[in-house]
Amino acid sequence: MSDQGARDRHEQARRDEIDEARREFLRNIAAASVVSLGGGMMLYSMGGEAQAKKPGEPLDPKKRWGMLIDTSKCTSGCDKCVEACKKENGWEAEPGSETDVQWIRKVDVKDPLTGFMASLPVMCQHCANPPCVDVCPTGASMRREDGIVRVNMHTCIGCRYCMMACPYKARSFVHEDIPEEKKRFHAPMGKGCVTSCDFCAHRIDVGRIPACAEACPEGAMLFGDMNDPNSELRKRLKEIRSYQIRADLGTDNGIRYTRLP
Amino acid sequence: MKKHFHYEYLQSRVGYYTALLSMGALMLIGLAAAYYMEHHGHVVTGMTNQIVWGMPHVFAVFLIVAASGILNVASIGTVFGRTAYKPLGRLSAVMAAAALAGGLVILVLDLGRPDRLIVAMTEYNFHSIFAWNIYLYNGFFAVVLLYLYTQMSQDFRVRRFYRTAGTLAFVWRLILTTGTGSIFGWLVARQAYDLAVFAPMFIALSFSFGLAIFILLMTALMRGDERPVGVGLVNRMGRLLGVFLAAAAYFTVVWWLTDLYAAEHRPVVQYLFFSGNVYSWLYWLGFIGVGTILPMLMVFSGSARTSMKPVIFASILTIIGGISLMYFVIIGGQSYPLVLFPGKEVKSSFLDGVVANYAPTMPEILLGIGGVAMGVAITLLAAKVLRILPVSLADAEVDPHLAGGKVEELKKAA
Amino acid sequence: MRAFGRAAPAILAACAGLVLATSVAQAGDIVPKIPIDRTKGDCVLPGDQMRREHMNILMHRRDDTMFKGIRGGKASLSACLTCHMVKDEKTGKPVTVASPKHFCRVCHDFAAVKVDCWSCHKSVPEETDTQAALPGGMGSKQSKFAQLLEYVQGGRK
Repeated sequence: MSDQGARDRHEQARRDEIDEARREFLRNIAAASVVSLGGGMMLYSMGGEAQAKKPGEPLDPKKRWGMLIDTSKCTSGCDKCVEACKKENGWEAEPGSETDVQWIRKVDVKDPLTGFMASLPVMCQHCANPPCVDVCPTGASMRREDGIVRVNMHTCIGCRYCMMACPYKARSFVHEDIPEEKKRFHAPMGKGCVTSCDFCAHRIDVGRIPACAEACPEGAMLFGDMNDPNSELRKRLKEIRSYQIRADLGTDNGIRYTRLP
Repeated sequence: MKKHFHYEYLQSRVGYYTALLSMGALMLIGLAAAYYMEHHGHVVTGMTNQIVWGMPHVFAVFLIVAASGILNVASIGTVFGRTAYKPLGRLSAVMAAAALAGGLVILVLDLGRPDRLIVAMTEYNFHSIFAWNIYLYNGFFAVVLLYLYTQMSQDFRVRRFYRTAGTLAFVWRLILTTGTGSIFGWLVARQAYDLAVFAPMFIALSFSFGLAIFILLMTALMRGDERPVGVGLVNRMGRLLGVFLAAAAYFTVVWWLTDLYAAEHRPVVQYLFFSGNVYSWLYWLGFIGVGTILPMLMVFSGSARTSMKPVIFASILTIIGGISLMYFVIIGGQSYPLVLFPGKEVKSSFLDGVVANYAPTMPEILLGIGGVAMGVAITLLAAKVLRILPVSLADAEVDPHLAGGKVEELKKAA
Repeated sequence: MRAFGRAAPAILAACAGLVLATSVAQAGDIVPKIPIDRTKGDCVLPGDQMRREHMNILMHRRDDTMFKGIRGGKASLSACLTCHMVKDEKTGKPVTVASPKHFCRVCHDFAAVKVDCWSCHKSVPEETDTQAALPGGMGSKQSKFAQLLEYVQGGRK
């Protein structure tokens, strides 16, 4: 075991070295904060050191990940975010399929009287009070301390009560076997379990932003820490009025939109 | 006057074994259907990401609700002291446990991962009414067994607690059905549910479903074994069924009246109850017409006093109406699209704003029937190995007040 | 009792056989060898300990990842799959659990223990993940930082 311990220490030292270099680097960026960044690119990393999470570290419960979607930039017919999610997380869905897995979809909303229209992506809303978590008999439907709502497929028994409870139709049941070649390593899902958007937890855990936000050509999806008053997201949220879908339900969604019809 | 009833095992008849074997065959078919569903995934069922609970749940919820109501027969004798119901207590307890077992088996075999059932026993989320129901269901078995023990024990020291056990079972049953109703009643997301009236509605439904099933199985067992059953007794149970039917229908009316009043819920009520789609028909024709009004007319008719047939038919109609209502509640309720943007038109690749289709497939239905068969099979087996069926239910035997009615004399085996 | 008396020698013989089999197993003669690429360093624990402990390590790690978001490093599933990867002789691609050569199956087939991992998990590492999974190697992320560096430096000018 001592041998193992020594190895671990060595390992740790090496990691610390890298971390130190990284911190130094980020400090430099912070110093250069005058630099203004366009689009959604690397916003999360630009938020500074306080936000970065290293792969081997546990998550920070003080954070609450969230997103602001600028619906004025989002156009009907564009589904780059959906395509990016499919590619990242390995699901395929025929449009209009009743049984295919869907993590994120584009919804076109229209006011029947005024004709006001908006197009927006809808995925798991990462609620602060998620009904899916409340109803799950085994606790497989869970909310991570940093606000990510996801399914722990190790304890999901496939009862689908969470799908009954979710107001946003964010969850899908895997109706058939997923062939090996279609699976993605970081997004395990399999027949008989419920699955849903996990905010690309595997990316967030290594300090990257969700695939949809990264892919949006308009930079309409701003990802960040809602609890950090200095984050880009919070600053933006302070400036403009934002909306949550079905805010009346009191679920307190982590996904907010700039304009809802 | 304290009456002693005589109970006896079912006799070994060809009819008995034929019935038992056919139930066994149906169970095997149900099991095979479940295996087929698990092997291929739920894609071979009619269930989708829109209709997440399908035919198995219609059967399962019906049986679980009915189980609670079947025990009501015993409660009427024990808790409410109705003499005529006392000899039915044992059969009622056994049948209730059997129905619950049948319903739960369907639920479990429909899970996406039935192999992980142990997880449902080891990992609990106490915020979930589902998790609470797991306790309530398991507790139900324990309480019913205890109740049965106090009824059947030869030891007077055990029998003393018969009333206490009966009261406990009665209360437990009410809580259990409250839990079952709340599975739907507490779903704030779904426009069709999200109503506290679901809990009392399910309790009222349990009374009618349970009594109907009990009347049918009880008369079938008694007649099959050539034991006398009094028309007076059946008539009395029939009239009680009529009252339960009215109560259940009342709660469903409260449901749509309440939702009709709130502008927010009006579209869903219009869709479910008044749009002339299959669900509207299931409610008005299936539940209200065939499942409530018709049986009520039958049980309160004059001919029900001289013949068992109206009550038997009424019981069958009650079950048909009950299944219709369960289908209406479970499938119909889900088929209405989730409202993400109230009052707006929506369009998406994931069928937002579209009424969901559902066509049950054979495996689902066979699984459901298998569960029903299991309930019947358990009752049949129990009546063979336990003394739960009274030797006679002739009116003069069960209650002197009923003796005025015509006693249907059946040939008694020598 | 008498029946047992007659069966006793057979039972004893069976027990003896089992003991023998176990001792042989400990000697490591018939236990399958797990393929491992030693050039990537040693495993989390020595082989005989891994045989007993791997499921506990995996389970512990699984919950760490699920609830705390701990990723990467030696005990990650990705690292397991990378070091123990077996390449198909013909195609040169890593074999999946469909093949009995997959390192999990080598032993699990022998022990007749069925695992529940691969109905959801991918059984081979993804090319893009291989580097990230290795201890210390943050391939994909460093390239992102390199991009960022360029970007920031460009902005300074």
